[in-house]
Amino acid sequence: MGRMLDTSAIGGCKPDSAICTRGVTRDFTAGQQTITVLHGIDLDIRAGEMTFLVGESGSGKTTLISIMCGILWPTLGEVKVFGTDIYDLDDTALVEFRLNNIGFIFQQYNLIPSIDAASNAAVPLIAQGMDRHEARERAVEMMAKLNIRDQADKLPSQLSGGQQQRVAIARALVHEPRLVVCDEPTAALDAASGRRVMDLLREVAVAEDRACIIVTHDNRVFDLADRILMLEDGKIIHDGSEMPEDH
Amino acid sequence: MIWIAIRMLTGDAQKFYGLVFGIAFSTLLITQQLTIFVNLIERGASGVYNVSSADVWVMDPVSRTTDVAYAMPSTALDKVRGVPGVEWAVPHLRAQASVRTKDGDLEGVAVIGVDDATLIGLPKAMVEGSPDVLSQPDSVIIDDVGTTRMFPDQSPIGERLELNDQRAVVRGIADAIPSFTSTVVLYTKYSRALNFVPGTRNRLSFVLVGAEDPAQAKALSERIERETGLKAQTRDEFARDGVQFIIENTGIPLNFGITVALGFIVGVAIVGLTFSLFIRDNIKQFGALKAIGVTNRKIRRMVIAQAGLVGITGYGLGVLGTIAFIWSFSANPTFKGFYIPWQIPLISLAAVALILALTGWLALRNVLKTEPAAVFR
Repeated sequence: MGRMLDTSAIGGCKPDSAICTRGVTRDFTAGQQTITVLHGIDLDIRAGEMTFLVGESGSGKTTLISIMCGILWPTLGEVKVFGTDIYDLDDTALVEFRLNNIGFIFQQYNLIPSIDAASNAAVPLIAQGMDRHEARERAVEMMAKLNIRDQADKLPSQLSGGQQQRVAIARALVHEPRLVVCDEPTAALDAASGRRVMDLLREVAVAEDRACIIVTHDNRVFDLADRILMLEDGKIIHDGSEMPEDH
Repeated sequence: MIWIAIRMLTGDAQKFYGLVFGIAFSTLLITQQLTIFVNLIERGASGVYNVSSADVWVMDPVSRTTDVAYAMPSTALDKVRGVPGVEWAVPHLRAQASVRTKDGDLEGVAVIGVDDATLIGLPKAMVEGSPDVLSQPDSVIIDDVGTTRMFPDQSPIGERLELNDQRAVVRGIADAIPSFTSTVVLYTKYSRALNFVPGTRNRLSFVLVGAEDPAQAKALSERIERETGLKAQTRDEFARDGVQFIIENTGIPLNFGITVALGFIVGVAIVGLTFSLFIRDNIKQFGALKAIGVTNRKIRRMVIAQAGLVGITGYGLGVLGTIAFIWSFSANPTFKGFYIPWQIPLISLAAVALILALTGWLALRNVLKTEPAAVFR
């Protein structure tokens, strides 16, 4: 994977951009074949909005979100998150940046099965070095906001899918990150639970100084988006507050 | 994060117990086998340790151990007594004989003839009776291994034996360190031993010497060699030679070495496999932690903590198992006096550390190789 970025693609980021990408390109090599998954993406994402990233499988949305949150290096281009050129940071600084500024919600929750829900939610605080008991208390407060205070002592295996996803949301928000990234948060849930989780996410994750990006296929929740970005073959083909009419 | 690492490990009880079992089993095998090995080969020196009062052992130049000795003429005793620095010198006979018990069983025994006057050559302690019983006619003292072997359900005191076709009566039990082969040993006076054990003209196996200055035993042994032409060794040298003889002339080091190596290999296999399975099952969680912002350094510490917990628990259980083994067999004369030299737990600790370093490194490699982006796939 190339770490040397071509900074010639950098253009000016908008002053109100929470995330700004310029010329982001990503190639993957399979054998002797090189596949370009993203083709020079220029994007500005504002804080205070819930931005949906939609598109068919293989359109490049997971690659784009991975690059935007600092876990996958672009082949070319620049990514600024709240003014920090994240791929200019060294490895350790980038990891620290993620820990302090980004909250993650994964499709499969990825909760640690052997610790209780509150401790799972407290993981980012513990990773930041906070005392475990204090971190857990803070996590319980966050769980109370998500109406799962009474599930704090339960193991993930004792929770329903919707409850596990709420714990994952608590984990993503407990350290008050400025960017929340969600990967298919409703994919493993039934329609009603999915809707409830998305309503909740909109309520707690969207804030004036926080950007929220959600990768989703789920057209039942598109109406909750402030902005919808549609990808196809590694290019943004739609940018608006609603889905295009032909979709 | 260490707490989370420990909970991740202990939360998967099956794998945790598997890992602990692997380390405990390896530790037990390595510690127990090394302990038996060391104690067994030290038996090669039991004949020397049983005669603690002798500072120097004098023998024919071809003799090698207490059991591999070539007899000397009786004049050797006077020669040794004439060497300056010798406080006392007494004859010592060691020979093989056959015993027929009153039940008709035949048993190979070692006959040890001790000095008639001083009884030097007897073990320091007695289990039953006193050394003076040797003054009585046909008297022999049996060692405690012999008691268990020849008289398992009765006291041997007063029992008559047919020792090389001659009458012998057991009148005491000596508290002796068993020999390498746990042979039954019968102690008697030197003069009587000459009758019990027929043989060639030369019958004197050793001359036991007490030095005027025990601290100068080495110098005395060299002087004896110079002035008599016989071979003389200090107690420690002769004991070491007994051990060395067993190492050089038996397959024991190889056999025990193979078992210890197997213990190590089994440990690597069980722990390596289980650790890899544990990491594989938790790779998504590790990936998520890396994405969230847990550094590789912290991940390394987590895996080290997990390996450390497994190591401490397994090692502790393994050493306890060895102690339990030695303790539970301590009543058996074959294992009499067995102890765990302090070096052996250190060796097994090093082996456990190596097993965990090897398997932990392999497991850690998979974690560190996992890209955080994998959690989105």
